[in-house]
Amino acid sequence: MVRGLVRYVAHLPAVTGRRLVIALPLIWLAVFFFLPLVETLQVSFTTPRRGIPPYAPLWGFGDDGFFTNFTTGNYELLLQYWSDYFGPALNSIKLAFFSTLVCLAFAYPMAWWIARSTEKWRTVLLVMVMLPFWTSSLLRLYALIGLLNPNGFINAAGLWLGLIDAPIQMMQTDFSIYIGMVLTYLPLMILPLYAVMVRLDADLLAAAADLGASGPEIFRTIILPLTVPGIVAGSLLVFIPAVGEFVIPALLGGPDQLMMGKVLWTEFFRNRDWPVASAIAMLLLAILTVPIIYARYQDGRETAADGPEQPAEAK
Amino acid sequence: MAPFIRLKSISKSFADVVAVDNLSLDIEKGELFCLLGASGCGKSTLLRLLAGFESPTTGTIEIDGHDMAGVAPADRPVNFMFQNYALFPHMSVAGNIGYGLRRAGLRGDALGERVDALLKLVRLQNLGSRKPHQLSGGQRQRVALARALARRPKLLLLDEPLAALDKKLREDTQFELVDIQEKLGTTFIVVTHDQEEAMTLAGRIGIMDAGQLVQVDEPRKLYERPKNSFVADFLGTISFVDGVVGQRDKTGITLDGDLKIRALTDLDLAVGKAVKLAIRPEKIYLSRTASGASNEIEVVVEDLAYLGFATNYRVKTPSGQMFKLQQQQRRSTEAPLSWGETGYVHFDPQDVIVLED
Amino acid sequence: MGRMNGLVLSLGALGFGILYLPIIVMIIYSFNAGKLVSVWSGASLKWYASLLENDQLLSAFGTSLLIAVWAATIATIFGICIAVAFVRFGNFRSRLALSAIASAPLVMPEIVTGLSMLLLFISMESLFGWPAGRGVDTIIIAHATFGMCFAAVVVQARLRDFDMAIEEAAADLGARQPFIFLSITLPVIAPAVVAAWLLAFTLSFDDLVIASFVSGPGSSTLPILVFSKVRLGVTPEINALATVMILVVAIAVIGASWVLRCRLAARSPD
Repeated sequence: MVRGLVRYVAHLPAVTGRRLVIALPLIWLAVFFFLPLVETLQVSFTTPRRGIPPYAPLWGFGDDGFFTNFTTGNYELLLQYWSDYFGPALNSIKLAFFSTLVCLAFAYPMAWWIARSTEKWRTVLLVMVMLPFWTSSLLRLYALIGLLNPNGFINAAGLWLGLIDAPIQMMQTDFSIYIGMVLTYLPLMILPLYAVMVRLDADLLAAAADLGASGPEIFRTIILPLTVPGIVAGSLLVFIPAVGEFVIPALLGGPDQLMMGKVLWTEFFRNRDWPVASAIAMLLLAILTVPIIYARYQDGRETAADGPEQPAEAK
Repeated sequence: MAPFIRLKSISKSFADVVAVDNLSLDIEKGELFCLLGASGCGKSTLLRLLAGFESPTTGTIEIDGHDMAGVAPADRPVNFMFQNYALFPHMSVAGNIGYGLRRAGLRGDALGERVDALLKLVRLQNLGSRKPHQLSGGQRQRVALARALARRPKLLLLDEPLAALDKKLREDTQFELVDIQEKLGTTFIVVTHDQEEAMTLAGRIGIMDAGQLVQVDEPRKLYERPKNSFVADFLGTISFVDGVVGQRDKTGITLDGDLKIRALTDLDLAVGKAVKLAIRPEKIYLSRTASGASNEIEVVVEDLAYLGFATNYRVKTPSGQMFKLQQQQRRSTEAPLSWGETGYVHFDPQDVIVLED
Repeated sequence: MGRMNGLVLSLGALGFGILYLPIIVMIIYSFNAGKLVSVWSGASLKWYASLLENDQLLSAFGTSLLIAVWAATIATIFGICIAVAFVRFGNFRSRLALSAIASAPLVMPEIVTGLSMLLLFISMESLFGWPAGRGVDTIIIAHATFGMCFAAVVVQARLRDFDMAIEEAAADLGARQPFIFLSITLPVIAPAVVAAWLLAFTLSFDDLVIASFVSGPGSSTLPILVFSKVRLGVTPEINALATVMILVVAIAVIGASWVLRCRLAARSPD
């Protein structure tokens, strides 16, 4: 039956095929990605109540005709309890921002190392970068806890070697968040950087050296400017999801590392206040709208620039 | 006085591949020198050794009396022009040209003036603010040249500078390059695989094969007095005749066998020695009738190609010896020979090159 | 430029260290007889044994596997559609819409997508009666949704470099689309398709946040289970589980690259 279906599809006229190919994912994503966001917007304007689902419908037709439960109360709540909501929001941005910088600090030399290696080593190193990515990040974070805990591996080793007198507090600090972010997001930062660096013509570096540039000068004037697209792409790939990150602050962070993801989770699962959780989701989206649009704009520019170069023909 | 550039017993190996094999060469100041050879002969490696991108496995490089061992590319009085130009894509033409000057500390008006002068030198005056991707191939080549000349290097190395240009542009640029070199007086070393280019540009040519220099000489001497059959065959077209010395006299030799070709030579060759004779195509004359000239041989026309200004012929003797000759188009009483017709070639004994290998 | 800066190398090594140290420690301590990561009590395989008896963990593993396979397959098929549309169809009418909607999930925080999908499922349930409650099928749908966007990126990259001359040759010999695509293009880009499938599989298998929102009773995935256990305290069986998973992945990757190298060597005559 499958073979028959495939044969049928294979011999469909081209135009129907085209429409199908576009329509299938478009409809799916419209229903399962876009519609949910609309739904969330709706719920953010209703009130919570007992029952299933634990919120009142936004509008409907009842015995007395059309009714609505529209309210801006959830957003007012967010504004009112500033420290409980906007504080973590700013904290999320701060932690995500510095996590991105830390990721960049490690990813940049790693990507350069891989890009400048010989063909054989390049594949090996790339696999080594991707291997952790293919193993559960949750388990790796769990392992990190075992490393950073006061009674964990690093402290135990440090005490045993006599390097420290008392266990260092590494868990539930900004530091543990950063390490957790690096663990989770490093490959996402490395890959776009690598893609740009590997295309960098080695002759450009030789030319710069020939023209009198020292190592740091070559980096500053040639390498850095030409890898900016990779830096931007990688940073956006890390920063945007990092802002809404939940697992890392939940496992590795303390009360000072409260992030929006955790707040939303708490509102949803603990307080069963779905409308407020929806409002927080909308808030998160609002914060990220500019970066997301910028990321899309960069993406469009890159695909446009992929076309062949057309030099002016004036000789 | 020591030569401006002295390469002494240079060898360079990569893993188990020998790219340059015990090569020695002297180059005078102000020369336009060409390294000519097929791909893989080591000429580009030699150029990179001079630039400092590689270090020789053995041997020394001296530029203007200074040993270049351990000297980084940035510190050498040498600049390099890359085959693919290696223009910095994120900088303008002016930015590219001024790059080396900025590294030397030049700023402001002094920098601007020098860049303008260079733009004028390579005839790109109004294109200073354009980016490389907005330029044609020929324009990019000139930016690369200007950039490499900016720091007034004592030695300029050019790696196949004209390879990426189309034929017409290449011809024009060849003369421009020679003009610029003569105007500046900078020593140029050009690497190329195109022998016509080498002949046009160079004051002296070094022919390379398998990491070694086969012959270094002026173009004329290389063409008319090649040292061996490799050089003879490498430049232009040539006809080879293998034979054995039949007679030896004061001025030359005569071959033994069917073709008793007489050649003038200074070489001391015993009777019975195997030699290779070589004659350039423009030195062989073809006619319908025998005229009694020296080295006259009966041939049949195997193939011909009409080029407009001349005709190239491939003719064969009854014994199977092939000659390649070029006949200039000129007014003549007899009709030109066509395929399959019989005729007579003749050539002067002093135009015959005698080679031992 | 073979000389690498000392700074570059040390930062690079440190980066790899951060990536791998937790894994290595975890593998070592999965053989630890004791419970704590800080104390080595001798080598033992007992956690592996108790892992095999832990029905809860094993069933969660199975659930995750089932979901990931389905989600990855759906995601890859749709991802190919998206990639083909972008690379081949030029400026079609809904290009901007598809482009926006197919790239947003790549950067959207999971917590937002998870919550929003749950809300959708609930209102769909109340409107149409489907999906009836949350379970494996809702997780599959959710995972496939963001999976297809990632799969599309992978396939698109390969498709862009694809030599159209092959397809043109097929058309010249009498074949038509979509037959050409299925019988010629797909096999040639197969490695990218496989990579896309694996990527979608990994993302699904590893997902905690979205699954937490859209799962129901009885559809606990492995990450959900692990997460709940981690809050409660140390369970060394998880070390054993992690080691097994890492070993499987490592063997698969090394095996695949070894096979690839053999095939490449066999193909080129020298």
